[in-house]
Amino acid sequence: MSVNKDLVAASSTPLVLAILAEGDSYGYAILQRVRELSGGALEWTDGMLYPVLHRLERTGRIEARWEKAASGRRRKYYRLTDEGRAQLADEQRQWRTVDATLRRIWSDLADGAAQGFVLPSPQRS
Amino acid sequence: MNANPPENIHAESVEALIGRWRAHLRRSRVIGQGDADELEDHLREQLDVLGAAGLSGDEAFLVAVRRIGAIDALTREFAREHSERLWKQLVFADDEDSGFAGASRKTWGALSLAVAAGVAIKLPDLLGIGFDEGTFYPRNLPFFVLPFVAVYFAWDRALSRSAWIGLAAVFTVAAVTVNLFPFDPTGSDTEVLTILHLPLALWFAVGVAYAGGRWWGSDRRMDFVRFTGELLIYYVLIGLGGGVLIATTIGLFSAIGLDAEPWVERWILPCGVAGAAVVATRLVEAKQSVVENMAPVLTRVFSPMFALLLLTFVGTKLWTGRGIDMEREMLIAFDLLLVVVFGLLLYSVSARDPEAPPGPFDWIQLTLVGAALVVDLLALGAMSSRISDFGFTPNRVAALGENLVLLVNLAVSATLYVGFLRGAAPFARLAEWQTRYLYVLAGWAAVVAFVFPLVFGFA
Repeated sequence: MSVNKDLVAASSTPLVLAILAEGDSYGYAILQRVRELSGGALEWTDGMLYPVLHRLERTGRIEARWEKAASGRRRKYYRLTDEGRAQLADEQRQWRTVDATLRRIWSDLADGAAQGFVLPSPQRS
Repeated sequence: MNANPPENIHAESVEALIGRWRAHLRRSRVIGQGDADELEDHLREQLDVLGAAGLSGDEAFLVAVRRIGAIDALTREFAREHSERLWKQLVFADDEDSGFAGASRKTWGALSLAVAAGVAIKLPDLLGIGFDEGTFYPRNLPFFVLPFVAVYFAWDRALSRSAWIGLAAVFTVAAVTVNLFPFDPTGSDTEVLTILHLPLALWFAVGVAYAGGRWWGSDRRMDFVRFTGELLIYYVLIGLGGGVLIATTIGLFSAIGLDAEPWVERWILPCGVAGAAVVATRLVEAKQSVVENMAPVLTRVFSPMFALLLLTFVGTKLWTGRGIDMEREMLIAFDLLLVVVFGLLLYSVSARDPEAPPGPFDWIQLTLVGAALVVDLLALGAMSSRISDFGFTPNRVAALGENLVLLVNLAVSATLYVGFLRGAAPFARLAEWQTRYLYVLAGWAAVVAFVFPLVFGFA
């Protein structure tokens, strides 16, 4: 199953922030974690992660530093800042609201279907 | 592909692929050095993983590159996030986040030449020839500035040995000649003319360096015209900044009771005048490909205004029947008018797409040139009756010559323009005429600078 592009784009910020909340990381590893979490359902073009990271860096949600990786290459690590943590909490609240709203209507629909309605009645309180 | 390629050749070819991919990324200037490092690290880790999964080097490379995404799409995303880079490169095209170390070789080369020009202009003063003593400085000013701009181009374009020698010879011969001319020390018109025309003539030597020795292709000549316009604009802007710097310097030091003016006049001003030319050269070169050029924009704004002015002038003159009062300086005023019109025409030609069909702006341009021709002919007519009364002084011959040189250019341009508007000739013909005519301008400037003093006995 794949997820539509707009949803992928919208979820990228909270997802990146949350992954960095688990610990400092770098581009490739962040993408691996996204694949792992979504079971491959969230398809990102790898390169597109970087503009997202750079925007978060510019707005102060995350900080970057260069380190020598075990491979001997220069690698750019990102760390969540306090501002980033605050933004993550805010994102969580917003996504929970969206999720809860959708859940409610999903279950109403399911109830309606069980009673033989195809569409939910407008009179329903 | 060979089923079992030797390990090292294999590794090499993947390295080469990565190198090319990276070079491709960097070509768009929104992806900086650091970004490319980051993306390359990503690519390499992906390659390691895919390699461990059993893919061969270039198979892994194909998959990894595809996963990172098409470079175009990537560049677009980076441009959206880093739009400031599109602007920042106005100043230092290859200067990246890495700062000092990343500043380009060219910029440092230009800065060194700017310092050298500053030193050169100061040297005679230090050796005892004051800035305001006699005419040494006005006469030699081009030699403190233009050779350094020429050297910048010769170095940047990697000119051949013979071209270097040729340029050096031109500047040396010119410098020796004007300094050996025995101008009348009590005040000499021909010396003033030489001072005015020498920079123009030498500017074409700079043009040869600019074109990397390939002066003969008309495209390069037009590029040099564009470069000249942009350079003037940058130079004026730097000059304005310099004025603020000087005023602030004097103001600050006077606040603590010190008079900085002599120092400013003897150091900052001359060194700045010389050095700024090289700096402006580098700036124009660096931003060349980035934003639309300024000079053509200015011609778009001013061509209609000047056309209107000239039409109004001709109309008023005919309506009121007033004659043109040919005073001594009048011819110079009309020369200036022709220079302005010539400049407007030249820069609008330089920016026009030669393939585009005739548009309203072409009509405005033709009106401008036509009106200028009418005005100038009226002036020349008024003058012709009295020209013998004035006598042939060097100033008058120079002014008259300039007038004719420009008149011929504008007259032919007008004919070519009419041909183009009637669909009889391509626009490129006009551009070619303008760039060919540069030789005439250079030749005329050289004649005034070097032949006039001889003809008029250095008077």
